[in-house]
Amino acid sequence: MDALLMHRLHFAFTVTFHYLFPMLTMGLALLIVILKTVALTGKDESYDRAARFWARIFAVNFVMGVVTGIPMEFQFGTNWAQFSEVSGGVIGQPLAMEGIFSFFLESAFLGLFLFGEKRLSRWAHWGAAFAVCAGSWISGYFIIVTDAWMQHPVTYRVLANGRYEVTSFWGLCLNPWALRQYAHNMCGSVVTASFVMAAVGAFYLLEKRHEEFGRIFVKVGVVAGVISTIAMVYPTGDLQGKYVAANQPAAMAAMEGLFKSENGAGIVLVGQPNEETQQIDNPIVVNNVLSFLIYGTMHAQVKGLDQFPRDQWPTTLPLLFYAYHIMAGLGTYFVLVMGLAAVQLWRRKLDVSRWILWPLLISFPLPYVANTAGWMTAEIGRQPWLIYGLMRTDQGYSKYVSSGNSLFTLLGFMGLYTLLSILFIVLVYHEISHGPENGNGADPRPAAH
Amino acid sequence: MMGLIWFWLVAIMLAVYVLLDGFDFGVGALYPFLAKTENERRMVLRSIGPVWDGNEVWLLAGGGTLFFAFPLLYASAFSGFYLPLMIVLWLLILRGIGLELRNHIENVVCKQLLSGIFALASTLLPVFYGAALGNVLRGVPLKANGYFFLPLWTNFRVGPNPGILDSYTILAGVVALVALSLHGALWLALKTHDPVESRARAAAQNLWWVLLVLTPASLAATLWVRPQGMQNYTAFPPAFVIPAAVGAGLFGVYYFNRMARPLAAFLSSCLYLFSMLAGAAYALYPSLLPSIVNPAEDLTISRSLSGTYALHVGLVWWTLGMVLAISYFSLVYWMFRGKVRADMY
Repeated sequence: MDALLMHRLHFAFTVTFHYLFPMLTMGLALLIVILKTVALTGKDESYDRAARFWARIFAVNFVMGVVTGIPMEFQFGTNWAQFSEVSGGVIGQPLAMEGIFSFFLESAFLGLFLFGEKRLSRWAHWGAAFAVCAGSWISGYFIIVTDAWMQHPVTYRVLANGRYEVTSFWGLCLNPWALRQYAHNMCGSVVTASFVMAAVGAFYLLEKRHEEFGRIFVKVGVVAGVISTIAMVYPTGDLQGKYVAANQPAAMAAMEGLFKSENGAGIVLVGQPNEETQQIDNPIVVNNVLSFLIYGTMHAQVKGLDQFPRDQWPTTLPLLFYAYHIMAGLGTYFVLVMGLAAVQLWRRKLDVSRWILWPLLISFPLPYVANTAGWMTAEIGRQPWLIYGLMRTDQGYSKYVSSGNSLFTLLGFMGLYTLLSILFIVLVYHEISHGPENGNGADPRPAAH
Repeated sequence: MMGLIWFWLVAIMLAVYVLLDGFDFGVGALYPFLAKTENERRMVLRSIGPVWDGNEVWLLAGGGTLFFAFPLLYASAFSGFYLPLMIVLWLLILRGIGLELRNHIENVVCKQLLSGIFALASTLLPVFYGAALGNVLRGVPLKANGYFFLPLWTNFRVGPNPGILDSYTILAGVVALVALSLHGALWLALKTHDPVESRARAAAQNLWWVLLVLTPASLAATLWVRPQGMQNYTAFPPAFVIPAAVGAGLFGVYYFNRMARPLAAFLSSCLYLFSMLAGAAYALYPSLLPSIVNPAEDLTISRSLSGTYALHVGLVWWTLGMVLAISYFSLVYWMFRGKVRADMY
C-alpha cells in the first residue's frame, strides 16, 4: 500500500479533527471576554451568568482541543521525519514559540478562569479570561506562521547538509502570507463562535425557555457574526485570494477550475472539473468576474493550468475545486444570514422572527464545514509541494514507518476520536439543556457533583 | 557552545516536565487506592485540577524546543519510536478526558468509568516514559543516515536486536512508576486533608522502601548496558555531586515524610527526580541517541544541531518566554497554595 497516502491521511485526519475545537475556542474566548466586559460595565447580573454558562462549554471544548492537539506537536516527527529533519531549523522556531509563549499563558490562566472566580476580584477574573483569549490567539498565530512558511517559504538558506536555516527572525514571524492567512482564519474562528452562540440563543427563544439568555446570545452572536462574516469576505478573503493568485498561480487556477489561460476570465460558480478533457463539465459561469476579483479589471489575463507543467498541478484537483467552492459559497451564505438577522435585531424584532431564528439555529455546523474546506483549499492547493517550490510531498514522509503501521495508528485515532465526538456532543448537549439559569455558583463547574 | 547550551536547556525543560506532570501522574496512579468516598475523590482531583494542564505544557514546549534545536534527533527518535509514542499519545488523550470530563457527568457509573480510565492511563504513562529513557540510555540500532525503527519487543533481551521493551527498559519503566507514585503521594500529603493525607503519607513510606532497592539496581543495570556511561564522571569527578544529590533527595524524602514536613519531603523528591535525570543526561553527553551498532554513528549534539543564527536568536526569545512562563506558574501555584479548600471541590 502507498505509504505516502497513509501518512498524508494520518496527518489530514488528525489535524482536521483537532481544528474543529480550536476553531471554536479562539472565537468563543473573544465572545466570553465581550460578555464579561459588558458584565463589568453594567449592573446586569445576567451577563455574568451568561459568561459562566459559556465558560462551561468552553471548558469541554478546550480540553478536546488540548488532548487532540498534543499528537499534532509530535506528528511532524513520527510521520514526516524527513520533512522535520530539513525544516526544523525554520518551523521548529514557531512551534517551540507556540508552546512557550501561548500554551503556558493559556493553561495557567485557564485554571484561574475556571477555578478562581471565588478567589479573584471581578477585574482579576476578567483579566484571566482575557489572558486565556490572548493565549489562544497567539497559539493560532504561530501555527499560521508555520503553515505560511510551507506555503510561501521566506528568509531561509540551505545548509551544506541540505537542511534549511532561518535567516531572519522577524522575516519569518512577519511572513506576508502569514499576516493575510491569520486575518482570514481568525475571522473564520469568530464566525464559528458567533454562529454557535446565536444558535444556542435561537434554540432557547424557539423553545421559549431561558429567554432572557436567549436574547443575550442571539444579540452578541449576531453582532459579532455580522462583523466577522463581512470581514471574512472583505478585506481578508480578498487579500488572501490575491496573494495566492500572485504566489501560487497554479493553485489559484486549479481552485477556480481554469484549465486554459483567458483574458477576461469568467468565474465558475458551479461545475465539475474533468481532468481528462481538461474542462469544467456543466458549468455556470459569470463572465469576466475572475479577472476582476484578482486584478481589479475586467479584461486582465488570468493564468490557466496550461501554463504549468503537469507535474506541478495540484493533485486531487476536483477535491480542491469543490473545497474552494464550498468555502466561498458558504462564506456568501453567512453574510446573508447574519445580515438579515442584524436587520431584525436593529428593528428589535429578532427574538420573535422565527423565520430567521430557524436558519440561525440550524446553520451552526456550516462554519465548521467552511473552515475545514478553507484549510483543505490551502493545503491541497499547495500540493504537490510540501514546502512550496522546495520540497515535494513525496520526499517528506517517514521512510522507516511502513504504510501498515501508519494505517494502524490512523485507525486507532479514528476509533478514539469517534469516542471523543460522542462524549463531546453528549456533554455539550447536557450543558445546553441544563441552561444558564442554574449556574448560580461562581464556580463554572456544577457545584452539586 | 550553542550545542551544549541547548542540550541542557532541552534537558531541563523535559526534567521540569517530569517533576510537574510527574506528581499528577503519581496522584492518578494512587488515586483508586487513597480516595475511598466521592468527597475524597473530588479533593484528590481538585489538588491537581488547576495545574495538570499547565504541567503537561512542559512536554509540548520541551518537544517543540527539541524540534527547533535538534531537528534530526526529533525526526529520528519520533519516527523510530513510532508505535510506543502513538500509544503514549492515546494514553495522554484518555487521561485528559477521564480527568476533565468527570466533572461534567452526573451518572455514577460513568464517573467511575472515567476515573478508571484516568487511573489506568496515569499508571501506564510513567512506565512508558521510563522505558523511553531506558531505550535512549541503552541505544538503538541506528542506520548510517541516523534513522531506525524499533518493534515493541523482540525477545526481551538486551542484545543486538532489541525491542522497545526489554528487561532493562522494563526495569526503567518500573523505577519511573514507583518514583512518580511516591512523588504523587508526597504531593497529596501536602495538599489534602485527613484521612487522605495520612493514607498518602503511609503510601509514601512504603513506596520509599521499594525505591530504595530499585534506585541502586537501576544504576547498576544502566552501567551494565552502557559501561561507557561512567567515562564522563571519571573524566570530571566533581560530577559525582549528581549521584550524591540523588542519595540526598532519597533520604530527604524519608526523613521529612517521617517528620510530617510535606513540603520539604516533596521538594526532596523533586531533587531526587531531577538528579536522576541530570545524571542520565550527563552520562549520555555529547550523544543524544547512542547507536548500539557503531558508537561512531551515535546521534550526537553536533550532528543533530540546527543552524547557528536560529539558535542565537532562540536564546533571546527562549529566555523571555521562560521568564513569563515561570511568573505564570508562580502566580497559579501561589493562588492555589496550601491545602485544597473544602469549599473548592
